[in-house]
Amino acid sequence: MENEAGALSRVANLFSARGYNIESLTVAPTDDPTLSRLTLVTYGNEQIIEQIVKQLNKLIDVVKLIDLSETDAIERELMLVKTRAVGEQRAEMKRLADIFGGRVLDVTDATYTIELTGAGSKLDNFLRAIEKDAILEVVRSGATGIALGQKALHA
Amino acid sequence: MELITGAEILVRCLKDEGVEYLFGYPGGAVLHIYDALYVQEDVKHILVRHEQAALHAADGYSRACGRPGVALVTSGPGLTNAVTGIANAYMDSIPLVVFSGQVPTALIGNDAFQEVDAVGITRPCVKHNFLVKDVTKLAETVKKAFYIATTGRPGPVLVDLPKDVTIAKTEYHYPKKIKLRSYNPTVKGHAGQIRKAVDLILSAKRPMIYTGGGVILSDGSPELIELTQLLGYPITNTLMGLGAYPATDRQFVGMLGMHGTYEANMAMHHCDVLIAIGARFDDRVTGKLDKFCPTARIVHVDIDPSSISKNVKVDVPIVGSVPNVLRAMISVIRDEKLRSDSEALAHWWRQIDEWRAVKSLSYRHSNEVIKPQYVIEKLYQITEGKAIITSDVGQHQMWAAQYYLFDRPRQWINSGGLGTMGFGLPAAMGAKFAFPDEDVACITGDGSIQMMLQELATMKQYQTPVKIVNLNNGYLGMVRQWQEFFYQKRYCMTYFESLPDFVMLTEAYGHVGMRIEKPGDVEGALREAFAMKDRTVFLDFVTDPSENVFPMIPSGGGQSEMLLAERDEMVSTHHEGMVLL
Ligand SMILES: Cc1cc2nc3c(=O)[nH]c(=O)nc-3n(C[C@H](O)[C@H](O)[C@H](O)COP(=O)(O)OP(=O)(O)OC[C@H]3O[C@@H](n4cnc5c(N)ncnc54)[C@H](O)[C@@H]3O)c2cc1C
Ligand SMILES: Cc1ncc(C[n+]2csc(CCOP(=O)(O)OP(=O)(O)O)c2C)c(N)n1
Ligand SMILES: [Mg+2]
Repeated sequence: MENEAGALSRVANLFSARGYNIESLTVAPTDDPTLSRLTLVTYGNEQIIEQIVKQLNKLIDVVKLIDLSETDAIERELMLVKTRAVGEQRAEMKRLADIFGGRVLDVTDATYTIELTGAGSKLDNFLRAIEKDAILEVVRSGATGIALGQKALHA
Repeated sequence: MELITGAEILVRCLKDEGVEYLFGYPGGAVLHIYDALYVQEDVKHILVRHEQAALHAADGYSRACGRPGVALVTSGPGLTNAVTGIANAYMDSIPLVVFSGQVPTALIGNDAFQEVDAVGITRPCVKHNFLVKDVTKLAETVKKAFYIATTGRPGPVLVDLPKDVTIAKTEYHYPKKIKLRSYNPTVKGHAGQIRKAVDLILSAKRPMIYTGGGVILSDGSPELIELTQLLGYPITNTLMGLGAYPATDRQFVGMLGMHGTYEANMAMHHCDVLIAIGARFDDRVTGKLDKFCPTARIVHVDIDPSSISKNVKVDVPIVGSVPNVLRAMISVIRDEKLRSDSEALAHWWRQIDEWRAVKSLSYRHSNEVIKPQYVIEKLYQITEGKAIITSDVGQHQMWAAQYYLFDRPRQWINSGGLGTMGFGLPAAMGAKFAFPDEDVACITGDGSIQMMLQELATMKQYQTPVKIVNLNNGYLGMVRQWQEFFYQKRYCMTYFESLPDFVMLTEAYGHVGMRIEKPGDVEGALREAFAMKDRTVFLDFVTDPSENVFPMIPSGGGQSEMLLAERDEMVSTHHEGMVLL
């Protein structure tokens, strides 16, 4: 999108006004200072997705749009989890974090703060794998993604 | 180069853009702009009496002549008053450029005096909007605004101007052309799709052409007429599309939809190929979606991809502008000497003529009480079908659409998408500015007219004589009709226990007022009114309060489930229908 004030609200507005779902939304500047990149995860049947794509393309601030679910793409999301970690829990929590390729960023005598990246489903699996009561706080960045291969999104 | 203020730049931009009229209303935030307007004569400012009217007048002007309408309002209440007019233009895809004053940039976000978030409030009802924070970007932004408003699917664009930007100085340079990397409407249709469409169109046994506002917006009427006559197919128009094809021609089967003719809706329902052109499959047209054109394969020509397959899945989509696409279709047919199935077509026409013979627009005449339909028929005769007609919203609007036969585009001006009561009078004024020498009549109702009545003063000031045809039934008739049918005649808040004396009221504004109570006086009054070329005349016709609009497809009904006047004792609607409007 154009890196303009109001561009993000146009997108958010469109979704709420037309009753589309937003599962997650991330936006950040790119290497080109006039552009920012917005990644949005939504769901709906084929007709709804088609309308969402068309409506987004209609926004003057949207420069290019790709549906990553239609190409081979990598999805990545960052998660920070603060867990309870006392007694025997401590070793178990560390082991699970290792299995999922996570890192322990902060340690207190009662907690761990773990960093994890991966596709959203992997992060979900981690949360399912650890004891529910142990979760104190979860922060997720929302998904971003990029197409595989030589194809690149340019203005 | 000379340095000039933002306000002066704005006025120079308007001049360079060829803007004739600016409809507006002053206030603190736009004082600099008004000061710049004071010292020039190129752009004529029309001082309305309410900002909503400025928008409707600019809108009526644009619908009448095709050029963009331009309006100027102050910050805060000026802008909020304008919002209805902006939304109205948005729903009907009318190109407007609206300038609003804003508090100085340094005060934005401080709850300053007369501050509202104009860009935020209007975002859902504009094609695009801008907040100009730097005077050096002003001219370019104005150019973008006009470009976006008038190209692709047209629509209103708002430019919000903080007061300090109108005071700051810079050099003036108005770009001749503008290119936006993220906006590039497709005008030319895809050749392969056009070829596919032509094949499907010519294979039809029971074809139907369904066209809408897009034909009028794109001035595509000549191409539509040529294609329709080349094919010999029946054609129907939406409420927004009336006039694109001459209503007096035999191939025209009338308007379709909720209050469309029997033959139009039956032909839609039974067609095997539907050719939709610049129409958006609105719910007033489709009725219940799963009963819409059940046997048809559909071609859809529209400049806006998001209009295509939004409500109804189509078989051959063509993104492009009407005149371009139709010209391409005509060439394919002519160059390759392609033919339609004339035998099947003759059979289809026989069927349509049977539906026509039902005469779904017939109504019971009366010698005692004025029937509203009769007033429109007489208006049609006396103006020889040539007047520009604007309308408000309600039963009178439907009767206008049904009984005035529009033979040319831009002759019929009404609020379809938003259905804004109060639109008719200021729109008529706008149309009169566009065509001072044409007869302009505003067909209105006792409810609607009271929403923008103050504009009678503007019309006096600028001498824009319009004939106001008030179908005074004492009711919010359209709502009363629904209460009669669907709420067991519980007429809650639809009867006016008090109405003004419209004759005196009009005279107070310096115009001519007439009250007509007998059917025998209708014609004479209309003749008298139209003979007064340079006067605005308010014709207050006291009409049958119990008259209803027929045919009618109740909400939730399918196209073939029409109620015809007097013949069908109503009425229950499906529960599903009740949740629809
Ligand atoms: C009380 C009331 C009753 C109503 N009853 C009826 C009724 O019975 N029947 C009826 O038809 N309507 C009725 N309406 C109107 C209805 O609400 C809609 O406004 C109308 O049906 C929409 O008309 P349309 O499909 O022509 O679309 P428009 O709103 O005119 O849209 C135009 C379409 O053309 C496209 N377009 C624009 N420019 C171009 C171009 N250059 N090339 C190609 N395409 C282009 C646009 O993208 C859009 O899809 C009623 C309204 C009111 C207030
Ligand atoms: C601004 C606005 N408010 C409310 C409505 C809902 N509405 C639609 S038609 C109608 C009645 C219009 O009454 P009138 O102008 O007298 O016309 P009639 O139907 O009697 O011909 C109303 C209230 C509307 N369309 N617009
Ligand atoms: Mg009324």
